[in-house]
Amino acid sequence: MSTTAGGARQQADQERRRGGFSSRRVFILAAIGSAVGLGNIWRFPYVAYENGGGAFVVPYLVALLTAGIPFLLLDYAIGHRHRGSAPLSFARLRRGTEGLGWWQVGICFVIAVYYAAVIAWALRYTFFSLDESWGADPEGFFFGEFLQAGDVRVTADVVPGVLVPLALVWLAVLVIMALGVQRGIGAVSLVFIPLLVLAFAALVVQALLLPGAAGGLDALFTPDWSALTSAPVWAAAFGQIFFSLSIGFGIMITYASYVGRREDMIGSGLVVGFSNSGFELLAGIGVFAALGFMAQAGGVAVGEVASDGIGLAFIAFPTIISEAPAGALLGVLFFGSLVIAGITSLVSVLEVVISAVRDKLDTGRLAATLVVGVPAAVLSLVLFSTTSGIYVLDVVDHFVNQYGILVVALISMLVVAWALRALTGLGEHLNVHGRPRVGTGWRVLTSLVAPAGLAVVLVFALQDDLSAPYEDYPGWLLLVLGWGLVVALPLVGFLVARLPWRAGTHLDGPPPGADPATPVSATAAAEPPPGNRPGTGQDEGGPR
Amino acid sequence: MSTAAIVMMVVAMLVIWGGLALAIASLVRHGAVEDRAENLHRDR
Repeated sequence: MSTTAGGARQQADQERRRGGFSSRRVFILAAIGSAVGLGNIWRFPYVAYENGGGAFVVPYLVALLTAGIPFLLLDYAIGHRHRGSAPLSFARLRRGTEGLGWWQVGICFVIAVYYAAVIAWALRYTFFSLDESWGADPEGFFFGEFLQAGDVRVTADVVPGVLVPLALVWLAVLVIMALGVQRGIGAVSLVFIPLLVLAFAALVVQALLLPGAAGGLDALFTPDWSALTSAPVWAAAFGQIFFSLSIGFGIMITYASYVGRREDMIGSGLVVGFSNSGFELLAGIGVFAALGFMAQAGGVAVGEVASDGIGLAFIAFPTIISEAPAGALLGVLFFGSLVIAGITSLVSVLEVVISAVRDKLDTGRLAATLVVGVPAAVLSLVLFSTTSGIYVLDVVDHFVNQYGILVVALISMLVVAWALRALTGLGEHLNVHGRPRVGTGWRVLTSLVAPAGLAVVLVFALQDDLSAPYEDYPGWLLLVLGWGLVVALPLVGFLVARLPWRAGTHLDGPPPGADPATPVSATAAAEPPPGNRPGTGQDEGGPR
Repeated sequence: MSTAAIVMMVVAMLVIWGGLALAIASLVRHGAVEDRAENLHRDR
């Protein structure tokens, strides 16, 4: 018994050093901040419009309830039960699966490197909105004057207009990461998420008051019921839910490991899942109301101006801002929202890497932030502040999303469900304090429906990419930064997994004191004393 | 806006935002029970 108590004390000490969220509310806001990103604002509206309009609600909700939330709960269960970063949680689940965690860490590192660049563009455009710097030609301004994009090739020609905001984004993010889980990520989420909702709600109100807004909403919500018999539409719904919820690549595992043992992870997951979709719906209304105005002003159909991604944000929206009354306000709200949503997502992606490094090497917060953040920032500045930045970004983003995240998520899910048969134990863990309880239905959804949905999305993506080169980019670019990266990440992941853990790391199953069913009195030794609970920020900041 | 578009917009709002409201209400209700249990324990 003394050994158990000693192990529990050691674990409590370790958790105190790792840090954690001070409350369930902070965790939920941080998880929403991670899930709500650029994709919610610039991807969902167009995906819904292109795939049946109002009828898309049906496959979207089916995907949310049968794959998105069940998968989110699986991530929560893995991280919350095993109290570690993605690699440590997988290693505690079964040592041989640690490589899956490092594969996820590698993906997060790559995403962080390019994601910061898009935030930097949005930051610059927040200020461009004030005087509509793009003039009468937003497209020419974006690719020409702003990015100075030339031929498709990798160059070292630096664009100062991108370099400076990108450096500022990295500086801000590294300060947040160095402050730690609660004082950094938690505090930023507490401020930024309500601010994001308020800013975007103001944007939606302004967009709805524009002439032609009703036409935009009509285009978005008019149902095309024939879409429900189309397999690509269902794949689009599963893909949208999967990509927007931040599931399957370590973020939710890491965040869940920072939550107190006796929290309701099922209820929290439902709130996060519906909040993410709720924001997507808000974004759809705001974006299409604005596009309706743009279409009416140009005397064309909404379909002719509808777009997504970079085209929507940096070409269509500047056009709208130039034509709309109080356009500068609309621009600041739109691009400011992109910056806020982007930063809360970027810190979650970086935390996956920092948390893994800390767990493996037992480094302090500041040291881990510098070890991870400085190379990521340098790489980001070198690759994406040049005239070829947009091409590199487009290729890496496409391949890492389609074949990095999707494949590691699918394999992890299959391994946990079928090879390790861990779903029963993970479900029981969630049920100790979770409501509504998960049971056979959750296990069926997690082991069959969600993997099948992801597999279909993967097959459609493969079909597209094998039938024609992505966006007609040169083969060498797709081979090196696309397929090459996709193949390299798991190899590196399983190689890193061969490195030894720091001395004393508990690897066989959940750590001592991790069982939330144990009465509070019995776990007293494992629980940090009041004032030193994980999440009170006692670990945070500064080297040890 | 067409009637079909209005209906689908309202349905989407009710299901997604209604689902969020229900999820928050459920979490708050359940969370309150947990808090009370912990407070009772501390009183011993």
